[in-house]
Amino acid sequence: MARVHSLVAAVCLLALPLSAESINDAVTSFELDNGMQVVVVEDHRAPVVQQMVWYKAGSADEPIGSSGVAHFLEHLLFKATDTLDSGEFSATVAANGGQDNAFTSYDYTAYFQRVAADRLELMMQMEADRMVNLRLTEDNIATERDVILEERNMRVENNPRSLFNEQLNAVQYYNHRYGVPIIGWKHEMETLSLENALAFYRTYYAPNNAILVVSGDVDPNQVRRMAEATYGLVPANPDLPDRLRTQEPPQSAERRLIYKDPRVAQPYISRSYLAPERNSGAQEKAAALELLATILGHGTTSFLTEKLQFEQPVAVYTAAFYSGTSLDETTFDFLVVPSEGVSMGDAEAALDVALNKFLRTGVDAEQLERIKMQMRAAQIYARDNVDGVANRYGRALTTGLTVEDVQAWPEILQAVTAEQIMAVAREVLRPESSVTGWLMSDDEVTQ
Amino acid sequence: MKLVCAALAWLALSLPALAEVKIQDITTPAGIDAWLVEEHSIPFTALELRFRGGTTLDAPGKRGAVYLMTALLEEGASELDSREFARALESLAASFSFDASDDSVSISARFLTENRDQVLALLRDAIHSPRFDPDAVERVRAQVIASLQNDTKNPDSIARQTFSKRAFGDHPYGSDGEGTIESVSALTREDLQQAHRDVFARDRLYIGAVGDITPEELGALIDKLLGDLPATGRAIPGAADVQLTGGVTIVDFDTPQSVAIFGQRGIERKNPDFFAAYVLNQVLGGGSFESRLMNEVREKRGLTYGVYSYLAPKDLAAVYLGSVASANDRIGEAMSVIRQEWIKAATQGVTEEEVEAAKTYLTGAYPLRFDGNGQIASILAGMQMDGLPIDYIATRNDQIDAVTVEDVNRVAAELLDPDGLRFVVVGQPVGIEETTN
Repeated sequence: MARVHSLVAAVCLLALPLSAESINDAVTSFELDNGMQVVVVEDHRAPVVQQMVWYKAGSADEPIGSSGVAHFLEHLLFKATDTLDSGEFSATVAANGGQDNAFTSYDYTAYFQRVAADRLELMMQMEADRMVNLRLTEDNIATERDVILEERNMRVENNPRSLFNEQLNAVQYYNHRYGVPIIGWKHEMETLSLENALAFYRTYYAPNNAILVVSGDVDPNQVRRMAEATYGLVPANPDLPDRLRTQEPPQSAERRLIYKDPRVAQPYISRSYLAPERNSGAQEKAAALELLATILGHGTTSFLTEKLQFEQPVAVYTAAFYSGTSLDETTFDFLVVPSEGVSMGDAEAALDVALNKFLRTGVDAEQLERIKMQMRAAQIYARDNVDGVANRYGRALTTGLTVEDVQAWPEILQAVTAEQIMAVAREVLRPESSVTGWLMSDDEVTQ
Repeated sequence: MKLVCAALAWLALSLPALAEVKIQDITTPAGIDAWLVEEHSIPFTALELRFRGGTTLDAPGKRGAVYLMTALLEEGASELDSREFARALESLAASFSFDASDDSVSISARFLTENRDQVLALLRDAIHSPRFDPDAVERVRAQVIASLQNDTKNPDSIARQTFSKRAFGDHPYGSDGEGTIESVSALTREDLQQAHRDVFARDRLYIGAVGDITPEELGALIDKLLGDLPATGRAIPGAADVQLTGGVTIVDFDTPQSVAIFGQRGIERKNPDFFAAYVLNQVLGGGSFESRLMNEVREKRGLTYGVYSYLAPKDLAAVYLGSVASANDRIGEAMSVIRQEWIKAATQGVTEEEVEAAKTYLTGAYPLRFDGNGQIASILAGMQMDGLPIDYIATRNDQIDAVTVEDVNRVAAELLDPDGLRFVVVGQPVGIEETTN
């Protein structure tokens, strides 16, 4: 035991150099005349650069009936433009020794290339080109729609856990598009048309709806010059709509689902609660929720692991998740995988007993200090992964946050008190805004 | 056209020099070798330890012992039980990860300069004095069994295991290193202690380190950490026979999309033609959108989200593998296109243009791998395990550039074996027959 005490004591002596050479020092941001925002994250250790262009348009911005069109369009952006043949974008990246891809989420769609630093301007030319010059054909639509349907097969139809999650999400949100899967409902994906894709493209793909994030061995002034010579030439879309979404009404009914699938080998319980997200200038609640998730369900030392895996071993795995980087209301989630021979009902009851106990006993001060210590250290480790930092800015700036919000976040996390964590726990962990799901194989009885 | 011309003009320029990775080959006072890249700009170090042998070191009837033993290293050591150990590690803001794969047990550690000695004391305990407390053993055993249960209903796992069994039979490569539900259930604490003695020894150790540490500091650290490991461990099994034959194996599984793994005999890392084969694979089915398989199966026909092939030169056998997934009524067509491409590349070869494009991609993508201290430490340990020279990073792209279309096509004719290509399909594929052999 003496060892532990000396280790804990040592923590107090650590004075991590937060202000000196923080990752923030490597970040520059500015805006082009057409409204395109630019963020540059410098790292000169290797002559490599990553360009990302993030559009403030994701699946939650899709028109009703066209679920999946944001992601479908993401695939179609690799087809022909006025100056490039279909497939030539990626072929050119590859011919320059680079790698490229793209991804779509609820609130954004992003495209990226990783290349040698001296290839950046070419990447910018091509990315600026496909922002407005895409030339799609009916043939592209038919083939690529088959590809996204196979992608859905792979990610969702072949995976009972994904099917279960779709059902849970759809029930969590009564009125917000976060209840519709990013990849789309299958029956709507099957009907996506050229017109659907082009309408989304013309509405949202414009410099005044995009953020350029460049990370790696670059000089911010050169990035500005190159961005002005490429993206700067693309006119803003004066008709860009405001980003208004249907919002959730008050949620006042606890919901329960049972999803059965013969392909389930390991049943588990999922519980989600509607939760506030990070908002510009008001991130304190989200910071408290982030700490709450870590305290309750991240790893061996977390509260739920202690209660459900050590004290009373009813679960083989427990976890809590919260991701506050979201334009609208997000969720706070729990997962409990019952031990062999423990019923779903007993495992769920143990989760509730543990959560109630936590609400009564409060935060362990030592645990909170360890978590904060790790968060401080994460800023040192972050300097080793500037592409990860670039990602963080892209996600934040497409979900209503500013560069200042991103830079303030670590200090806001450090300032969170045990009282704030308990207050937000009581506010968010309300049964009336929760969905509890049991994923089971179809030969099991429910009680 | 303007953009295309710009692209071609760029190509004419020579590719940039690789970031200089200055590797120092150090030998510690106790005589242990390690490769180090000093990188003092960020105050932390990434350390990668590899012990050759991995899960092939499981004793007969003890499948999964090495895997379970490795998973238990962070579950209590010396005076600390599982939770005390985790809390101590968190307090120091360091991270350890332990993994057991077919050919090695790897330990990746990341720690700040300011508390390096305390972290290393913890890591030393984890490696030398894991407790294997009965409650920790049962807890982690239950987690491994839960994962094995999931595998029994996961089409990707079923395909992988069925393929391995066909390829390697009773050799350890022929079964899952995590073990079976039966074998893991039967493992005793003594089995884990034996696995621990079997794995950790100096005669199979490879070390890469990158970060804020000098050669002298690293030497002292390694000696403290590993100096008193035993000289030898369990003998590593002999080479595995690749028993693959051409044909189709179907595993019936009720799911909408069939998953297929395909493969044939491969080529060893040490073979002088390895780079020619590597370029060939890049053209045929390498990871980019440009490969023939991706183009024919996805871009032209929309039959899949992804189709890939890759060389898998393991320590004890070499195979050439690939994977594809398509709806049950379309997998047959996808497989037939893949088989046609295999035949076409074997008989007609590839074009000079394709070879040049693949070489440009491979040489250009190489520097992108050196992406952070942990990644580089892992590359350094891997290079040593593969017996590569210390100047390999500087010469690797020249070796790729030296590959000619003649080399590639000679190797394509020798290596690609359409008649020896085995498909294992899991799902309910329509219109394809299982072969009898």
